[in-house]
Amino acid sequence: MTWFWSNLDLLWDRTLDHLILSVPPILLSFLIAVPLGWLANRYRAGRGVILTASGLLYAIPSLPLFFVIPAIVGTSLRSPLNLVIALTIYGVALMVRVVADGLASVDKDVRQSAVAVGYSGWSIFWQVELPLAGPVLLAGLRVVAVSTVSLATVGAVIGAQSLGSLFTDGFQRGIQAEIIAGIVLTVALALLLDGALVLLGRVLLPWTRLAATDRRAVRVARIAEASA
Amino acid sequence: MNLFVDAVNWILDPANFAGPGGIPARTIEHLVFTLVAVLMASVIAIPVGFLIGHTGRGRSLAVATSGGLRAIPTLGLLTLVALWVGIGLGAPYVALTVLAIPPILAGAYAGFEAIDRSVIDSARSVGMSESQIVGTVEIPLGLPLLIAGIRSATLQVVATATLAAYVADVGLGRFLFAGLKTRDYAEMLGGSLLVILLALVLEGIFTVVQRLVVPRGVASQRPPVDRARSARPVPGIDPAITKGTH
Repeated sequence: MTWFWSNLDLLWDRTLDHLILSVPPILLSFLIAVPLGWLANRYRAGRGVILTASGLLYAIPSLPLFFVIPAIVGTSLRSPLNLVIALTIYGVALMVRVVADGLASVDKDVRQSAVAVGYSGWSIFWQVELPLAGPVLLAGLRVVAVSTVSLATVGAVIGAQSLGSLFTDGFQRGIQAEIIAGIVLTVALALLLDGALVLLGRVLLPWTRLAATDRRAVRVARIAEASA
Repeated sequence: MNLFVDAVNWILDPANFAGPGGIPARTIEHLVFTLVAVLMASVIAIPVGFLIGHTGRGRSLAVATSGGLRAIPTLGLLTLVALWVGIGLGAPYVALTVLAIPPILAGAYAGFEAIDRSVIDSARSVGMSESQIVGTVEIPLGLPLLIAGIRSATLQVVATATLAAYVADVGLGRFLFAGLKTRDYAEMLGGSLLVILLALVLEGIFTVVQRLVVPRGVASQRPPVDRARSARPVPGIDPAITKGTH
């Protein structure tokens, strides 16, 4: 504990480094995955290619990817950009499947009703499919956020500063408190971003809470019906 | 691109093949390490997962624990356990096993839960005992999701075993850290390519196994995916529930 209080500045700096590394990949992976997921959902051929490719990318271990990206893109090994690219790749790989599943989960009848009342393809996507897939997308994005925050620590072993630096430093100097502080802060940061996404979901998707009460109402009605 | 040529030359250099620190020895070490960790995790997680899936009890606890474990950074766990246990193979084994448990556990109980309730009720109504239901209905039908869980656990362990080279003298990760220390980019990149290749080969094997374990009767007449109307929700956002982190 004393270590914790006497190193608050360091902890704060590493937390900021960590945020800079992990927030851009979360946003970028969402922005990139939505159009890709749409393609995968819309075209059968696209589905196989995109989902297989994302599955393979997801299978690549993180540390080797940090070494391979500089050789392809020309970034320097220790630069934050290198990590941001790698983390974005994982985020996209995870998110594409979620987007495709989410769009596929939109009821066919709803889609056809939208066509019948005159929505164009473009506005069906923005005003019908995307909002209805919203809860699924949000759930996927929460997983991306938590795993990105956790993954960003790996960069520390190649010298990219983040909360992970507390692990490497603590290990080399034998300071347990430093490693524990790093774990606690990483988990806290993940929970914080997760909570922020939940709040964002409540603001952007107000009907999801409504639907939950609806379902309860339906269940109550069913039980009443059965016992009558 | 000649960076990759250098890396491939490094891999093919006969000098890197000999001895306990050579590429074949390190690859086998990495594989054995991965298999043992996944096996230990399976021994713990599968029975517990089956129990949760069959009884439906303790599910929220299992979900919360797996969710919490997902958030814990692997490197943090590795370094912490290494400080506790001391430098050697013990620390990575403990850390890797702990990390492999959540996806396998989730796969085990999610597999049971994804089964149509009416199937299990019919089994019960024709007079099957609970152990028969588990053994002949629930396990075979739940197998694809269990294998999916073991698959993501394996991939995660392969990835983390690379990282384990930071705290112990083990596996292909040694090449990455040795190269980093001597600024030998060919070695770093060559080692990285080997790990990626290993991960992709394992991924390929699991893809085949996953197809094989689907019971024949189920494979031929898969019900159309209709998430909106299925009686029991398809477990979670499926890629998410069994996916681990790297």
